[in-house]
Amino acid sequence: MVLAGLLLVVAVAASLLVGARDLAFGEVVTAVLRPDDSGPAGVVVQGLRMPRTVVGLLAGLALGVAGALMQGITRNPLADPGLLGVNAGASLFVVVGIAWFGVTAAGGYVWFAFAGALVAASIVYLIGSLGRDRGTPIKLALAGTALSAALTSLITIVLLTDSAAFDRYRFWSAGSLVARGLDSAVQLAPFIAAGALLAVVAGRMLNALALGDDLARGLGQNVVTARIVCAVAVVLLCGSATALAGPIVFVGLAVPHLARWFAGPDYRRVLPLSALLGPVLLLSADVLGRVIARPGEIEAGLVVAFLGAPVLIALVRRARPVAL
Amino acid sequence: MPPSPPVPHTLAAVGLSLGYDSRRIIDDLDLELPSGRITVIVGANASGKSTLLRGLARLLRPESGVVLLDGDDLFGLPGKRVATVVGLLPQHPVAPAGISVSDLVGRGRHPHQGWFGRWSGTDDAVVSAALAATDTLELSARRLEDLSGGQRQRVWIAMALAQDTDILLLDEPTTFLDVAHQLEVLDLLHERNRGEGTTIAMVLHDLNLAARYADHLVVLREGRILAQGDPRDVLTAAVVLDAFGLSARIIDDPVSGTPLIVPIGRFHDNHPRIS
Repeated sequence: MVLAGLLLVVAVAASLLVGARDLAFGEVVTAVLRPDDSGPAGVVVQGLRMPRTVVGLLAGLALGVAGALMQGITRNPLADPGLLGVNAGASLFVVVGIAWFGVTAAGGYVWFAFAGALVAASIVYLIGSLGRDRGTPIKLALAGTALSAALTSLITIVLLTDSAAFDRYRFWSAGSLVARGLDSAVQLAPFIAAGALLAVVAGRMLNALALGDDLARGLGQNVVTARIVCAVAVVLLCGSATALAGPIVFVGLAVPHLARWFAGPDYRRVLPLSALLGPVLLLSADVLGRVIARPGEIEAGLVVAFLGAPVLIALVRRARPVAL
Repeated sequence: MPPSPPVPHTLAAVGLSLGYDSRRIIDDLDLELPSGRITVIVGANASGKSTLLRGLARLLRPESGVVLLDGDDLFGLPGKRVATVVGLLPQHPVAPAGISVSDLVGRGRHPHQGWFGRWSGTDDAVVSAALAATDTLELSARRLEDLSGGQRQRVWIAMALAQDTDILLLDEPTTFLDVAHQLEVLDLLHERNRGEGTTIAMVLHDLNLAARYADHLVVLREGRILAQGDPRDVLTAAVVLDAFGLSARIIDDPVSGTPLIVPIGRFHDNHPRIS
């Protein structure tokens, strides 16, 4: 936990220090602390690097925690926020917002993203609750995968009919931390905080759910309540993260595994550790994206997939299976 | 001042019918678990043993009838409160990979904890006692998946004991164990019952072990109780034939004096005329 905290500090520092324009350490410190009298460095740091660092922190935290919650309720080690169709739902609604309602700012995206995430999660839950063994993890996962596929094709249909929207969508969907100002981060922070708060309560519930539905009920845990609490948290977190940084994959998948590697299977530790490691991964990806393509850059969402893949492969190749 | 002796909790089914969808598994069944005793439920495959246990554990909502805990409808009570009185060990419990024995046993404390699961001194004491009672104290730092089948089952029982309930329901706690470990687990439960007065109800497959360990034996057939009572009265050749479709001779168990079922089958009968 301490180590993860240190890693986070390093990642934040790197995110402020590294960029297309070379700035000395002192200049950056001055720019952060005294924004008024720091000249051009202030413009770069205050205007560009600080916002994207804050966005990376928030989105990384949201995705890391949401991924851990998803893996907890589905008891599926490959679950990530995308699995319940939540990301696809959020994306579709944002695309509709861009194409039909002319929405451009993250502050506008967020409501579409929330609505989409909520609608997708509800549909998945409804489908999953049909039939005899209601709401089993496997049913939820299947329903989510099917819905994701359907929603993704809807996104394509909307975009094919509107080339201007397609251009904006392309940028947004690459998962960039840039161009989301501090104000949209500030707007979304309360939602992420609410989601994180629910996650604190969820840790104990997920520990019971990890023993199977029967035993969880036998231990007095209301399984439906637990699923709903987690689902609401996931919708809040993923909706915010998607609105902030686009549909970033892999953070939600890889981070909980990393956390579990350090902390073991206790969700009361996995969740906070995921909250720390999520931003570490996302910010590192963002910094790396700035370095490898200098003076241009590669979006964090693309880098994170390259960065996350070897992490996940390494975890899977470890002697112990990562089954939950 | 010594604590006053606890009032024994009671668990009973009245006119209970259970099923999945429209398929009825348990049909209009009445059963009262004798408090402070060991009840063993036996019956052929698909006779409804596990389903009955799930109904008693509040896992399955009755289609009709009611399960009463101390006279109150089990489904009218909050699940968390029920879980402090009635514990359950399912037939195939699952555990997350990499979980340590102490973590798993500690999760038995779930119903006794608040929202954030803060750990208390009582939790510590109860978990240690559960580990000691199941002889798993020295395993507590090990991972569950590294243990043998017998050790693992003892750990699961330790978890059920850590829940610290007056009524304990177990679904085939001896499956997949060799005969020595079966006896070990059953002795453990017997010890708990005699020592703490815990009311135990479990499903067992082995009729001879059932007869030996049960104070109260319940024989199910097609979702109804065919016979119940002291194993000596219940386990007759006629009941075994009726419940399992099996011809058998019943003799006295030379060790415990309880009924011993000797199945006949189609071959190997060297004394066909003697009975």
